[in-house]
Amino acid sequence: MTRPHDDTLLYLDNVTVTFDGFRALNALSLVMERGEMRAVIGPNGAGKTTMMDVITGKTRPDQGEVIFGRGTDLTRLDEPDIAALGIGRKFQKPTVFEPHTVWDNFLLALSGDRRPRFTLWARETDEERERIEALLATTRLSELRERRAGDLSHGQKQWLEIGMLLAQDPLLLLVDEPVAGMTDAETAQTAELLREINRSHSVVVVEHDMDFVRALDVKVTVLHEGSVLSEGSIDHVSADPKVIEVYLGR
Amino acid sequence: MNRVSVALCVLIVVGGAFLLAALNLGTAAGSPLHVPPYVVSLVGKYLCYAILALAVDLVWGFAGILSLGHAAFFAIGGYAMGMYLMRQIGGRGVYGNAVLPDFMVFLNWKELPWYWHGFENPMFASVMVLAVPGVLALLFGWLAFRSRVSGVYLSIITQALTYALLLAFFRNDMGFGGNNGLTDFKEIFSFPLQADATRDGLLVASAIALAASLLLAYGIVTSRFGKVLIAVRDAESRTRFIGYRPEQYKLWVWVLSAVMAGIGGALYVPQVGIINPSEFSPANSIEAVIWVAVGGRGTLVGAVLGAVLVSAGKTWLTGALPEVWLFALGALFIFVTLLLPTGILGALRRRDRAPAPLPAVEPAQ
Ligand SMILES: Nc1ncnc2c1ncn2[C@@H]1O[C@H](COP(=O)(O)OP(=O)(O)O)[C@@H](O)[C@H]1O
Ligand SMILES: [Mg+2]
Repeated sequence: MTRPHDDTLLYLDNVTVTFDGFRALNALSLVMERGEMRAVIGPNGAGKTTMMDVITGKTRPDQGEVIFGRGTDLTRLDEPDIAALGIGRKFQKPTVFEPHTVWDNFLLALSGDRRPRFTLWARETDEERERIEALLATTRLSELRERRAGDLSHGQKQWLEIGMLLAQDPLLLLVDEPVAGMTDAETAQTAELLREINRSHSVVVVEHDMDFVRALDVKVTVLHEGSVLSEGSIDHVSADPKVIEVYLGR
Repeated sequence: MNRVSVALCVLIVVGGAFLLAALNLGTAAGSPLHVPPYVVSLVGKYLCYAILALAVDLVWGFAGILSLGHAAFFAIGGYAMGMYLMRQIGGRGVYGNAVLPDFMVFLNWKELPWYWHGFENPMFASVMVLAVPGVLALLFGWLAFRSRVSGVYLSIITQALTYALLLAFFRNDMGFGGNNGLTDFKEIFSFPLQADATRDGLLVASAIALAASLLLAYGIVTSRFGKVLIAVRDAESRTRFIGYRPEQYKLWVWVLSAVMAGIGGALYVPQVGIINPSEFSPANSIEAVIWVAVGGRGTLVGAVLGAVLVSAGKTWLTGALPEVWLFALGALFIFVTLLLPTGILGALRRRDRAPAPLPAVEPAQ
């Protein structure tokens, strides 16, 4: 395993997570460069979501190192601290703030002061309005700004959530199964959106959908039983006999 | 949660209180328009309950914290006021002791316990009305929210809190009058409590306190803070991943709510003339939750409406068929839960807001 260097954004080494003796992550190691987009694939239960839980502070690993940027040990921090460092996360099941409007969902996600004493008095600024307008345009939700987020379609919620991630302006976006339940057209648009986002952010995308991963056209990491099975271009990993065995052997 | 219903509620509460007070003072006892003093105190009592209901709605409706112990903060505010009123009696008690309240003389106490000092001063007592519930809530909330206790576990420990206080206040050696509590008050701020004008004043004060609480609560829940709070209520862990600390938000609103409940209790005690440990009984806290459920959780105005309607129903029913009340309350709760899950206000609101049909919008090219 190479040690982290200046261009390394995320460095996981030998990370193990056990649930009641079951190894959800088993000596997992992974290195990501700044500006990179990485696709993580693998069968159900491979540990993809658990990996995101570890990176975002939801789950503490039993052992192993998780380093962000120049030497920040993520295993010592909790979720809000890690969010403040610049790691944003989209969940597998879309979770937006349902009673709030699309606009307010973006407003709450915009990077800024999170303390109660600030939000109690905060008024919407012109700068905030401009940022929200830009996000509405990016996510194609401009027409729906006043709509309750709970009333959006599944695909629109996924987009809103990706937009909320952007609103946080994170260094690294973790996106868990963004196209699950989307139509083909929506899936293609989402791939395009993620590529656009990747121009200014580093991204980890977890996905099952092979066409989608192919459309992203980035380096792929295949997880299986909590460790890396194969890594490389999509053509490389799909030709890898170990990968074929895991996917066909299911 | 709209501006109009809040404004209307403030107008009705304050206007109604002034009207009742004027009709009580300004008309002769025989006049058909005369409002008897017992009605004034009764309505005043309902308004204090409404303040408690608002406090419950603030934490339950907007932060998702179902407190089954909120009457404890109400009772503590009430005791703080009761201690002031006791000290006002001075030498006019049955035993004629200028310093010690009657129950202490009866228990053969020789001097005032340290925590009773200062309560002869109305300013000090008023500060305590706010501070004691606030500090208790701060300690309790800090411990509970920091260790991420929530949901039904939190509800159970709030219930345990009020039950523990109930048992503690029953004890004579606590120095709060034990079983009998504090009573036989004479004056408040030098106004005789039996006088009509004083009762009218207390009614109006309760109305103003309720209106101020409502406006404050409305301001908070519609601020950005309030939006975060609602987000915490519905998707707490999600707020953490965006960088908010839900425990801070819960703690703020929890403490504020406890202080609000304390103010309600402090206004309640001079109007009913007594505070005793039964105010801590778990059933009282549960009743407060039912008020909010009936009126409509998360609507603020509904909490006020629910408290007044259910309490008025209780007054009527306990007069007509006293043994039936708890069954009726239980039945009401079941009825509301099953048939009116959003409460009276929620049901009204749904009717006038035709749900916008959802066009199948494909993201535009
Ligand atoms: N909190 C948990 N408790 C127990 N087992 C868990 C927990 N979270 C995940 N697991 C288990 O760990 C394994 C990996 O899960 P997950 O990371 O969700 O897989 P993936 O996202 O790749 O489908 C699964 O077998 C799952 O059942
Ligand atoms: Mg998963």
